[in-house]
Amino acid sequence: MRNLWIFISRYNAFFLFIIFFVIGVYLTIKNNAYQRSVTLNSSNEVVGNAYERLNVFKRYLNLGMVNDSLAAENARLKTQLLRITTADTSKDVKVIDTITHQQYTYLAAKVVKNSITLRNNVMTINKGSIDGIKNGMAVIAPQRGVVGFIRDVSEHLATIQSLLHKDTRISVTLKKNNALGSLVWGDANFDIRKAFIKEVPNHIKMNVGDSIVTSGFGSFPAGILVGKILKPNVATNDNFLSGEVNLFTDFATLQYVYVVKDKHADEQKALESLVKPNE
Amino acid sequence: MNSRIIIVNVIRWVILLFVQIFLLKNMGFYDLSTPFIYVLFIMLLPFEIPNILLYLLAFGTGLTLDAFYDTMGVHATACVALAFVRISFISISLNRDAIDDPEPSLSYMGFQWFSLYALLCVITHHLVLFFLETFRLTEIGYTLMRCGLSCIFTLIIIYLVESIFYKRSSR
Repeated sequence: MRNLWIFISRYNAFFLFIIFFVIGVYLTIKNNAYQRSVTLNSSNEVVGNAYERLNVFKRYLNLGMVNDSLAAENARLKTQLLRITTADTSKDVKVIDTITHQQYTYLAAKVVKNSITLRNNVMTINKGSIDGIKNGMAVIAPQRGVVGFIRDVSEHLATIQSLLHKDTRISVTLKKNNALGSLVWGDANFDIRKAFIKEVPNHIKMNVGDSIVTSGFGSFPAGILVGKILKPNVATNDNFLSGEVNLFTDFATLQYVYVVKDKHADEQKALESLVKPNE
Repeated sequence: MNSRIIIVNVIRWVILLFVQIFLLKNMGFYDLSTPFIYVLFIMLLPFEIPNILLYLLAFGTGLTLDAFYDTMGVHATACVALAFVRISFISISLNRDAIDDPEPSLSYMGFQWFSLYALLCVITHHLVLFFLETFRLTEIGYTLMRCGLSCIFTLIIIYLVESIFYKRSSR
C-alpha cells in the first residue's frame, strides 16, 4: 500500500493529467452538440446491434400479443379495402389519382431498444439511412397513437426521441372543433400513459373524453388519434388552458412502429427557409 | 518576492486573455491559421509551482477561453495536455535542484532551450485542440494542415511577445 502511494505521488503529474484530460473530454462531449452526435452515432451502432441480438429472444415471448394486434390491424385494413373496392365508382365523374399524389408513406420498423423510465426517453429502431429514414421524420404506433420523432440516423439503425422526452412537442388539435394545442409529457408527473395538451386558447371548452388528433402542421399527417382528455380545463398562469390526456400509445409494450415519410418534407423545408423569422 | 510573482502572473493572464478574446479571435487566414497566444501564460508560470496548481490554472484558463469561444471543454482539455508536456519536458531537460531561474521565459532560458520548449508545448496544445474540434479522422489532412499553420502563427507571435519583454541583463 505504501509502495503504491509512493508510485502515485512520484508520477502525480501523469495521474493528474489523466484525470483532468478525462474531465475535459467529458465536458466537450456533453456540452457540444456536434461532438455528442458523433459519439452517440458510433456508440449507438454498437449498442443497437447488441440489443438487436438480445431482442430475438424477447420477441418470442411477446409473439402472441403481436400476432393479435397484427390480426386486428389486418382486419381493419381489409374492411377499409372492402369499402374501397365495393364502392360504385361508375357514378363518379372525376377520378382523383390518389396513388401519384400520395403525400405520406409508412415504413414499418422494429423497436430494438426502448426506455420508459427516464426523464428523457429515447428508443432505437432497426431501420436506418439505407431505408430512407431521415432526421425529423414522424413515428406513429401501429394501431393508434403517436410515438415521436427520428433523432439520429446511422446506416441500419435510427434513434427516436419519443414523446416521453422533455424536448418533444407535437402539434395537436381537439377533434370536435379543431382548436390547436401542443402535446407535451412529463410536466407534472412522469406517468407514461398520461401527457398534457397545452396552449389551448381560453375560450375553448374541453370535456372529458374529447378526442385529440394530430394537426398535420408538423411532420405528422393530420388526423392521427393521439388520446382522450382525462382532466379538462386545467388553468395555468399564461392565459392558455391545459388538459391531461390519456395516451392511446402504450409505450411499455411497443414492438413495432411506423415511420412516416413525408414526400413534401424537403420541399416544404426549402420553401419555409425562404421566410426569415420575425420578418 | 512571492506576491510580485503572483501579481505579474495575474496581469499577464488578464492581458493575454484580453488580447486572445477580443483581438485574435477575430483574426485568421481563411480559417486555416488561428493564433492561440494565451498558451504563453501556462508556459511562463514559475518553475516552483506545484503540479496540481498548474493543472488547475491550465484547466481554468481553458474553461475561460471556452466560455468565449462557445466550445465547452475543448480548450480546457488542450491546456491540460500542454501542462503535462510542460512538466515532462522541464523534468527531463533540467535538473530540478539546480534551477535558479524564476520562470521558463526566453530571457532566462536562452533561445535554444526556449525554442524547443515552445515548439513542443504549442504543437501538443494545437493537436489536441484541433482534433477535439474536428472530432473525426476522415479529414485528417486538412486538420493537420490547420494545426501546422496555426502552430507557426502562434510561435511567431510568442517570439514577438518574448522579444519585447527580453531582459538582456538577466542572462
